[in-house]
Amino acid sequence: MSHPLTPSQTIGPFYWGTLVNTYRADMAPPDVAGERIELVLSLFDGQGALVPDGLFEIWQANSHGRYNHPDDRRNLPLDTGFEGFGRASTDAKGESHFTTVRPGRVPWPAGGMQAANINLSIFARGVLNRLATRLYFDGDPALAEDPVLKLVEPARRATLIAKRDAAGVWRLPIHIGGAHETVFFDV
Amino acid sequence: MTQDTYQRPAPGQHPANLSPEYKSTPLRSPGKPAIVLPQSLSEITGPSLATDHLGALESDLTRQRSGEPLGERIVVHGRILDENGKPVPQAMVEIWQCNAAGRYHHPGDQHDAPLDPNFTGGGRVRADGEGKYEFITIKPGAYPWKNHHNAWRPAHIHFSLFGPAFATRLITQMYFPDDPLLAYDPIYNSVPAGARKRLQASFDMETTRPEWALAYKFDVVLRGRNATPME
Repeated sequence: MSHPLTPSQTIGPFYWGTLVNTYRADMAPPDVAGERIELVLSLFDGQGALVPDGLFEIWQANSHGRYNHPDDRRNLPLDTGFEGFGRASTDAKGESHFTTVRPGRVPWPAGGMQAANINLSIFARGVLNRLATRLYFDGDPALAEDPVLKLVEPARRATLIAKRDAAGVWRLPIHIGGAHETVFFDV
Repeated sequence: MTQDTYQRPAPGQHPANLSPEYKSTPLRSPGKPAIVLPQSLSEITGPSLATDHLGALESDLTRQRSGEPLGERIVVHGRILDENGKPVPQAMVEIWQCNAAGRYHHPGDQHDAPLDPNFTGGGRVRADGEGKYEFITIKPGAYPWKNHHNAWRPAHIHFSLFGPAFATRLITQMYFPDDPLLAYDPIYNSVPAGARKRLQASFDMETTRPEWALAYKFDVVLRGRNATPME
């Protein structure tokens, strides 16, 4: 290989001077189409302790199921005000709060459609490689046919499915390890 | 079977998540292997931060405050490439670092070293059409951390890159050539031995600015596309 990959390293604890000054927790300005959702992601270590110095990133399609990216060439509406990228650090409670829109469904390379999903990246001190996972929505009838969930053993699928609380906020706890370990993906 | 758009890293490129010498990893590494996901539109697209308008001073960390920071002024430059040697044009490059005394402008850093009111240590720049980027900054200091007795981080600058897709996201650290502390650093040494030196910048005499600043060159290589299969 003439151009070998640059290895990954931890984000460390002191990233926010750069990354959080430019964070995007409110991803959906008023002119963006779609159902507004509030999302709370929380981060736990392998013993269930909250992680107050982590960083979550979100990547998602818009409400029409279109990614704001040149490799998505489908003829679907592109909301110019919606990039689909979110970033927020965890707070003292280990939580990151986002406001976004519920994404539309996107296709699967072997045919068919995926259930609506949000891609997540997780960074923290002690995490040497970006952890990638997905968020799905509880109650979505398309979950049963989602090709990614089918790759996951049934007992672990719930770790990927956000649930709506009494206040209408979608919540997904992410466990880096331990008995409730989240399913992570090698993308 | 559909072919993945982006190449998968061969073994021996990245650190193991569980690197016990780095003592934060045992509780912060998954116990189960990641599930290999065929790359869909969700993975081959990703943020470009194209709508972020960068201020002129964001890439010059020595001119972001009212006065000049203390320390050794340096140029840090290089290219953002992929494994095929193709530049990643207009790539967003984000950096953060401690000051010359080895202290971050961050409330969580309580190292007994002075803060520099003229240095916050954060910068961003967009690479040009050939993937070239350049920062002006201050050479960061080494600092102690509590990983083990008498543990010191070698001087380093954190780098954050997106590349063209969710699959190409990378956060890494740039080190300085032949730093004696590298041999003792469990974070640097979490990288397989054959790949570690890629994290060392090279001293770049040609780019040095006489009477003004030394220069270091650091190229970052992100995952490249697979060759397009013949139809």
